[in-house]
Amino acid sequence: MGALTEKVLTRNLHHADQPDIDAAVGRGAYRQLARALTMERDAIVEEVKKSGLRGRGGAGFPCGLKWTFMPKDSPKPRYLVVNCDESEPGTFKDRLLIERDPHMCLEGFLISAYAMRASLIFIYIRGEFVLGHNTLARAIEQARAKGYIGGNVLGSGWDIDVILHRGAGAYICGEETALMESLEGKRGYPRLKPPFPASYGVYGNPTTINNVETLCCVPFILERGSAWFAGIGREKNTGPKLYCLSGHVKRPGVYEAEVGIPFMRLFGELGGGLLDPKRKLKAVIPGGSSAAVMTASECDDLPMDFDTLMARGSMLGSAGVMVMDDSVCMVRACERVLKFYAHESCGQCTPCRVGADWIHRTVARIEAGGGKQGDLETLVSVCDGMIGKTICVFADAAALPAKSFVAKFRDEFNDHISLKTCPMRAGKA
Amino acid sequence: MNGELKVGIEFEHAAQGLGESTLKEIDRAIARYPRKESALLPALWLAQQEQGFCSLEAQKQIAEKIGVSPAFVAGVVSFYTMFHTRPVGRHVVDLCTTVSCWLRGSDDLLSQLERKLGIKAGETTRDGRFTLRTVECLGSCGTAPMCQINEDYHEDLTFKKIDTILDGLK
Ligand SMILES: Cc1cc2nc3c(=O)[nH]c(=O)nc-3n(C[C@H](O)[C@H](O)[C@H](O)COP(=O)(O)O)c2cc1C
Ligand code: SF4
Ligand code: FES
Repeated sequence: MGALTEKVLTRNLHHADQPDIDAAVGRGAYRQLARALTMERDAIVEEVKKSGLRGRGGAGFPCGLKWTFMPKDSPKPRYLVVNCDESEPGTFKDRLLIERDPHMCLEGFLISAYAMRASLIFIYIRGEFVLGHNTLARAIEQARAKGYIGGNVLGSGWDIDVILHRGAGAYICGEETALMESLEGKRGYPRLKPPFPASYGVYGNPTTINNVETLCCVPFILERGSAWFAGIGREKNTGPKLYCLSGHVKRPGVYEAEVGIPFMRLFGELGGGLLDPKRKLKAVIPGGSSAAVMTASECDDLPMDFDTLMARGSMLGSAGVMVMDDSVCMVRACERVLKFYAHESCGQCTPCRVGADWIHRTVARIEAGGGKQGDLETLVSVCDGMIGKTICVFADAAALPAKSFVAKFRDEFNDHISLKTCPMRAGKA
Repeated sequence: MNGELKVGIEFEHAAQGLGESTLKEIDRAIARYPRKESALLPALWLAQQEQGFCSLEAQKQIAEKIGVSPAFVAGVVSFYTMFHTRPVGRHVVDLCTTVSCWLRGSDDLLSQLERKLGIKAGETTRDGRFTLRTVECLGSCGTAPMCQINEDYHEDLTFKKIDTILDGLK
């Protein structure tokens, strides 16, 4: 296990002048871009592959491998789309990167676009991130003025343009094909896959989409080599990673650590433990609200990496780590999670449109004391009817956490049903 | 706003078209993209910037420029929660009530805000000063509870803090 002993992605975030290009260049920005432009494109892709870098947007797909899906000999324009929609509940790392170090982000986007022979980069940013949008917009103008963006970048003969595109409030637009529909000026309805974006992306042209944090790793892989990156974390779970700690933790915030940092170190050492030390840890959602909830005892020995969390029935997802102490009613917490999905379903698929709303209303009814015998069985069977049956995995992302709450805190659900009220509320009263 | 007035006001606002400079900016937005349909969201943002919402007339003007039907534009507008189709308060207070903010007390904040403003979530004060809404996670969970007022994020909220902020807004 290689621990991370220094800050990498976050090393310049504390400099107030970092968004300014001169300050950023003074600290090394765009140096790897200049180097990359002298390298064979496929050699860059190979380095990224060897680094083991996996996508930081949610699915953990190997980044270099994804890049090789771009057709080599297509005459069509090729695009890189940067996913800065960051809407998974519990996640706030990309916002930090674009607000505090936009040139590090742009350098990563540019090197990646060069490696995959793209001629245009779309940055899709959620509509609410006004500060991040304006910071990026200014950074793009500065980079254009210095010749990092535009025709014949740094004399290399490579032309690249960047379009910053603002969303307008819709979680589903973080899903890659919904995002592309939204970019095309439509409702954000996910597309059926295949075809995948590499062959049929924006305007039907070859497109690769990556998360902001994923692409921010690329300049460091070039600078220090894929072996350095692969030496952080463990096999297939490599590199520095941003973890978002929130909820009942003393010091919430974004922490950079190796992929696979044990939960207890993240929460205890970095986060300072529980907000109220008299309380006990009850549950943790480890990877954004689409991830299955973990009980406190499951967190005891829990390396926060892609494969471990997957093997234990949850996921690293977006690394949005939400901590709950024992004052939390898990039925209510489940209701809160499901309210989000009921609100955000795009409505194209019946199991999702009807199911997400139904499971939310049912859990809300149980929470309010209106539960009946048999509700939990029906709830689970409705969840099963949502999983794997829809255009995108949003429906699974609603149903799986719902099932995990019921499975792991079944007694609390049953108590609500038999007592016809929330036992914690009743206990307090 | 009370019932009888509403219809008339909405009708009046629906007829409000975009000014020359906004229309020019929309043309510039269209020119930035490989295909003009991509400029639909930017155009709606520009309309909302001018009008405070996207009026029916503005939607029609945009539809014509982009080359789609007004019904298509209306369908897009209604998909995205940040576009308003009717006038809203001068200050739109969007309180996050998703998991991390809820764990940090957003429920209490909501009831305190409703009491202070004398409206429920989803409503606008009579003087048109505030619209209060509940929204889903705004990507600021490490500084929960939080809200967005128009363009600005307000983080690590307590009722006292938001009370002072609201009092400072005209
Ligand atoms: C419902 C849904 C929402 C998503 N939201 C985001 C998001 O906000 N940001 C993001 O980077 N990826 C999001 N994703 C994942 C993207 O579809 C895509 O896998 C990712 O951007 C790929 O980048 P990566 O390989 O670098 O992780 C979402 C996926 C789904 C199904
Ligand atoms: S699963 Fe849900 S969010 Fe995804 S396309 Fe179907 S209805 Fe839309
Ligand atoms: S839960 Fe409120 S900002 Fe994320």
